[in-house]
Amino acid sequence: MLRASVIVFPGSNCDRDIKVALEGVTGFPVAMVWHGDQSVPACDLIVLPGGFSYGDYLRCGAMAAHSPIMRDVIAKAKAGTPVLGICNGFQVLCESGLLPGVLMRNASLKFICRDVWLRIENDTTFFTKCYRTDQVIRLPVAHAEGNYFADAATLDRLEEEGRVVLRYCDEAGEVTDAANPNGAQRNIAGICDETGRILGLMPHPERLFELALGGADGRRVIESALLSVLEAAA
Amino acid sequence: MKARIRITLKTGVLDPQGKAIQHALSALGIAGVEDVRQGKYIEVKLGDTSEAKARETVERMCKDLLANTVIENYAYELVDQS
Repeated sequence: MLRASVIVFPGSNCDRDIKVALEGVTGFPVAMVWHGDQSVPACDLIVLPGGFSYGDYLRCGAMAAHSPIMRDVIAKAKAGTPVLGICNGFQVLCESGLLPGVLMRNASLKFICRDVWLRIENDTTFFTKCYRTDQVIRLPVAHAEGNYFADAATLDRLEEEGRVVLRYCDEAGEVTDAANPNGAQRNIAGICDETGRILGLMPHPERLFELALGGADGRRVIESALLSVLEAAA
Repeated sequence: MKARIRITLKTGVLDPQGKAIQHALSALGIAGVEDVRQGKYIEVKLGDTSEAKARETVERMCKDLLANTVIENYAYELVDQS
């Protein structure tokens, strides 16, 4: 069984999507946790959903990172509870210091809402073990601030430690400037922490988790999490 | 006491908004603009406090929330309102 909690901030708008996707894939009910609460119920997975928490005031994710609930999310994440941050959730993970770097305004200054190709760079993390390295998948992005930035030393460390989990690429899997939708350094679309249990990514796996939605390439993020939890329990 | 806080992008961090402003200035026919970098200005009114205490408070608010020091620098001045 996979007990998941989705944190709901004022302005979150993909919270129900990921709930439907998690429940559809795993069959287990998902808890919705309000940002003003003091603690997250004991669970196997915490999700920070996409959206526009606090209207993106100051910087995307900056206010949410200091929400009352985040104190417990950070404590639980540091104690080993896996955390998935999608889009705005990735921004919150960076702003809260659980992941390095920052998501800046897209180089084009435009809000980008379309499907992109992504290459799986690490198939050993909590959230990617049902994919295989170098596999090319298609997921939607929908953001104005997805331009990943970190200093060169941080980027090198992420690469060395296998923490770049997803990169923007073309359909053939080539990582090119033309395939980079937002100017992200080294085409980075998703990174994880040292343990592989905290993943932040700009694309939305929950928006393509079953064929009725036009594709199911995002399904394995959830299947990977379920498998990881079942393996840990075995 | 009031803190006037300026938050600017670090040197070397690309500023596409600054570039867009530069293009708009050029489109307006305003010549001689070599570069534009944009940032934020925040005013914070503080209660009665010493200057040393105010500096400590403003440093903390800049580091913890107002600036993201991965990409931004901050600078501030304290002004007495009386």
